[in-house]
This record gives sequence, structure tokens and C-alpha cells, in this order.
Amino acid sequence: MTGRIRLRLLSCVLAAGVAGCASFYEIPIETPIAAKLDVSAFQRVFIAGFLSGGTDDVDGNLETVRLLRSQLRMKSNLRVIDADVLPLMDVAANSRPQGQAAGPTAEARETPQPEQIKNEKDLQPYEHIFADADYWKRIGEEYQNPLIVTGTVLFTPHSQSGMVQREREVIDALGRRRVEPVREYMERKGFILQEKFIFIDGRSGAQIYSEALREERLYNQNDNTPALSSYFELMDEIIPRFLSTLSTQRVRGSRVLIK
Amino acid sequence: MPKRLLPVVLLLTTLAGVAHADARSDAKAQVEFGISVAQRGLWKEALYRWERATQVDPTYAAGFNNLAVGYEHEGMLDKAAEAYERALKLEPNNALVRQNFELFKEIHDRTNQTPTP
Repeated sequence: MTGRIRLRLLSCVLAAGVAGCASFYEIPIETPIAAKLDVSAFQRVFIAGFLSGGTDDVDGNLETVRLLRSQLRMKSNLRVIDADVLPLMDVAANSRPQGQAAGPTAEARETPQPEQIKNEKDLQPYEHIFADADYWKRIGEEYQNPLIVTGTVLFTPHSQSGMVQREREVIDALGRRRVEPVREYMERKGFILQEKFIFIDGRSGAQIYSEALREERLYNQNDNTPALSSYFELMDEIIPRFLSTLSTQRVRGSRVLIK
Repeated sequence: MPKRLLPVVLLLTTLAGVAHADARSDAKAQVEFGISVAQRGLWKEALYRWERATQVDPTYAAGFNNLAVGYEHEGMLDKAAEAYERALKLEPNNALVRQNFELFKEIHDRTNQTPTP
């Protein structure tokens, strides 16, 4: 439970208590959230690799694969396959969209190199790889028909300016401290993380589910937050939603029971 | 109204009041027992007690609130939503029920996010 929610709950409980309208008890609960995807047919999961782009400071493919594998090892019943990360950009650049001849196509040859990928549009020429059932079936056979997870990762710098409300501590003439909201114009910079997770059946090579998630975070201009630490902050928000696709998650919180 | 009917009406009104008070008293006992077992982690028993409470007195908002919390804990989110709505219908200004429901909706909305193609 976030501090904001806890504060709201506490203030509510206090208000009701002061009013003396009811007897109540705060109780911790754990709400089980059923997995969005039925993965009972799979014993293994292979986090294969991602098409990635955005800032050069973070290797979105490697970092995402590493993080998802470690999270799944801890929080899922599926066995996580530990294999080399697929260089999906190269694979996509050298393969053909279905129905075309083998080898790099004119379209593939014209696509920008990985370091030039700055937005979703730049990723599109590579995304045909996700529809290549033969390719994923081959990967599936190699790793004993697991559930394959792939997709796109776009981690881009972002800046924004405007009015921001923050709290400032002030001490009055009597020496009492209090906090008051202050609105001020600020220039902030940060990052946007856009991830699209694609789940592929390793037995057939067919896509079974996909989910796009987006998070952004802005910092004060002077903070100099490293890109990698911002990436992990944003992944902290995304990972619970990713995990809830594959396995039942328990969300902790508290509620009030009333007499 | 004829004068001789007045005592009958008064008697019926009094009896209805007593019956309601009895129902509320029974429901309260069930609710309190439910709370005590929930605090010890016996959620199934608590759910049973709160279900009984809402059957005995379907106007008891606290019973529905607690029932909703119990359903939430057991992952029965649709039933929890119904019970919260029922509690709020009975006591629309109850800040505790409203707060519980808002926290519940945050989770419920998250699980109902539709996949993006």
C-alpha cells in the first residue's frame, strides 16, 4: 500500500473514530489476482529477447531479459530457461516478412540500425519477426517447447516544463513548523519506458497474448538521475503487471471491518 | 381510522420494531464473531458469519462491508463489488465503506485492464 493510500485510510479511520459513529478494526488483507494467461500447458518459460531502442545508456534488451528472468525465478512456478539472449534486432533485420524471399529484403536493408531507433515507428520495420511462426517454432523445439516471451522495449529520454505543486516546510513567528503547498514553474527531465510483451506458444510458434505497458518518470533538472536507475524504477512499476499475466499474484493492503 | 383499530396498529408497529431490533442484534453478534475470527486468520469462518448476518438483517451495512472485505481476501472480486455496492446503498455517507470500496476498485480496475493487441 502506498503512503498516500495509507494516509487516506488513516485520516478516514480517525475521522470516523472522532465522530464516534462506529466501532471498526483495521485488518491486513491479501487479495489474490488470477493470472490473465492460462500457462498450465507449459513447464518452462524462455525470455528470448526484445527489439529495443531509445537511449544508448541502457541496453533495453539485455537488462529486460535479465530482470524478467530473475523475477520469474522468484515469483513463478515456471522453470526459467537460462540461455543466451537472442539478438532479435539482427535476426529481424536478416529475416523476411512472411511471403517474401529469404535474405535481407529491400525493406530490411533500408531499415535503420539499432542505435538509430528512437521511437515506436523506428521499431515497426523489425516487428514482422513476431509473426514468423516458423522461426519461433524452431526456437521452441530447441528449448523443449516452452512459453516464449519476447516483444519490444523503448526507453527514451523525456523532458517537460510546467507548473508543479510541491510541499514546503515553513516556520512561523512562534517557531511552529507547518507544511504548505507551493506551485512553481519547473523544468524537469526523465525517461519514458514503453514495453510490449508478446507471449508465444513454443509448440506452434503462434502468438497467444500481448500486452503493452508504459511508464514515465520525471526528475528535477538538477537531480542527474542515471538512466539505469530510472530504468529500474520504471521496471518496478511494470514488473507486477507482467507477472500478473503469468501467475496468480497477491496484492497486500488493509481494509476496515465495521461492527 | 376507526378508534378500535388504533391499538392493533400500535401493537403491530411495536412488534415490527422489536423483530427488527432482534434481527439487528443477531446480525451484530454474527458480525462481531466474524471480526474476531478474521483477526485470527480464519477467513472462511468469518465469511460464513457475515453471510449469515446479511441474511438475518439485510439492512445492516456493516455486515455487507465486512462480507465484501472477506470476498476480496478470498479473490471473489465480483461478489466483493456487489457487497460493497449494497453496503453503500444502505449507508451512502459511510466514509469507511467508501474508503474500502475505493481501495478495492484500484485493484479491481488493474485486473480488468484489457490486453493491447
